[in-house]
Amino acid sequence: MKFTEEHEWLREEDGEMVVGITIHAAEQLGDVVFVELPDEGTTVSKDDEVVVIESVKAASDILAPVDGEITEVNAALTDNPAMVNDDPQGEAWFFKMTVSDPSQMDEFMDEAGYQKFIR
Amino acid sequence: MSDTSDLKQTPLYELHVELGAKMVPFAGYSMPVQYAPGVMKEHLHTRAAAGVFDVSHMGQVILSGESWDHVARSFESLVPQDVLGLADGRQRYGFFTNESGGIADDLMFARRCETLFVVVNAACKDADVVRMRTALAPDIQVSEITDRALIALQGPRAGAVIAAMDVRADAMSFMDVADLTLDGVEVWASRSGYTGEDGFEISVSEEDAEQLTRALLAHEDVAPIGLGARDSLRLEAGLCLYGHDIDAATNPVEGALTWAIQKVRRTGGDRAGGFPGADVILPALESGASRKRVGLRPEGRAPMREGVEIFDAPEGGNVIGKVTSGGFGPTTGGPVAMGYVAIEHSQTGTSLWGEVRGKRLALRVAKLPFVAANFKR
Repeated sequence: MKFTEEHEWLREEDGEMVVGITIHAAEQLGDVVFVELPDEGTTVSKDDEVVVIESVKAASDILAPVDGEITEVNAALTDNPAMVNDDPQGEAWFFKMTVSDPSQMDEFMDEAGYQKFIR
Repeated sequence: MSDTSDLKQTPLYELHVELGAKMVPFAGYSMPVQYAPGVMKEHLHTRAAAGVFDVSHMGQVILSGESWDHVARSFESLVPQDVLGLADGRQRYGFFTNESGGIADDLMFARRCETLFVVVNAACKDADVVRMRTALAPDIQVSEITDRALIALQGPRAGAVIAAMDVRADAMSFMDVADLTLDGVEVWASRSGYTGEDGFEISVSEEDAEQLTRALLAHEDVAPIGLGARDSLRLEAGLCLYGHDIDAATNPVEGALTWAIQKVRRTGGDRAGGFPGADVILPALESGASRKRVGLRPEGRAPMREGVEIFDAPEGGNVIGKVTSGGFGPTTGGPVAMGYVAIEHSQTGTSLWGEVRGKRLALRVAKLPFVAANFKR
């Protein structure tokens, strides 16, 4: 699993990337009450706002970690946003995407690097 | 962002930190926004059992003079409420008005024997004290109480918790005030709050505040609750947050607060007018206003927060209002909001649209409160 400075994680699965937010990010957000997911098939560029996530406190955006295409979204989050707090690095993935430029992955951190980053 | 060292601390600061609170700057104080369980659980706990809130940042002021009659009549020169008619041991909601008929601050005032005990908002308290010292009769003493904490215990179990400490609490109804002895500590209690639940607001000396709070928290039904849940609780209860839902440019008729202006101060009443902006507010009470504060219930799941513009059509159309408070209501289980809409769109059930992130989302004008009040009558 790789981690970004935007507190997202990426996990490779069948040549695509599964993307979610970290346990640390979920704790900072507080109770998540609303998730708005992108349309499947959307072409995105790195840093595009692709997901809106609202907690009891505030609205935040989740950015596309790399260039690519959204191939699948986790529709279960729309009905049960609290999943993001319950299992952010597991069940509560947000979307799957292709990666157009694998070199964009080079800057991402491993688990140890991320733990150091948030300290 | 101001340096946190500039922030004032309440007498309960150390306890908040010990309890694991997340402290944030609020109205010049370092205040607990939430504890470990988080806003949602704290909110639900308050509605199910009881929560203790530190509201020591609020201003506490005592007005005294030669007689109750004199104090009350003088205070009536600043507020459109019936002060003189307040019985000993009773409290009322009110507000300072300004010359243009707007609301300068909202407040609670209580009669304690011959004196008036006033609780005002933290952000306005300095200006409120100046206002009272300047405008009240010169022989009235305006004493800002800076050596007392203010603690609220709110929720359906609050009555039993307090009555077990002092049985005299049992005789108190909503908006009664009394002196109680809780855990050996003398306090000034009112049966009121800011959550829509039964409960008490308790003024206690700063030396005794922590001991009393620990005694309350020792009860299995009682948990500490932060300002985050305080906000969602008051929003569901349809209660105004000063500076957001009402302000210096909002008159009480627009703010749907006419219930708080008693007949005796209105046109035709024995003590009609005589408060700042009466020339604006009294006619508005007769003729109504062009906009009104209403409840707003988004139909989808997306919260509509403060500042969201409200339209009269799903596309095109006109801006006819604005959200002034909004978020997720843990007890309602969905988004809830309050805001102002043009009077012709203010009827309960009216379909309107809020623009969130460039999209028009459906909402309906809703009755306030969103959660029925649970006061002890």
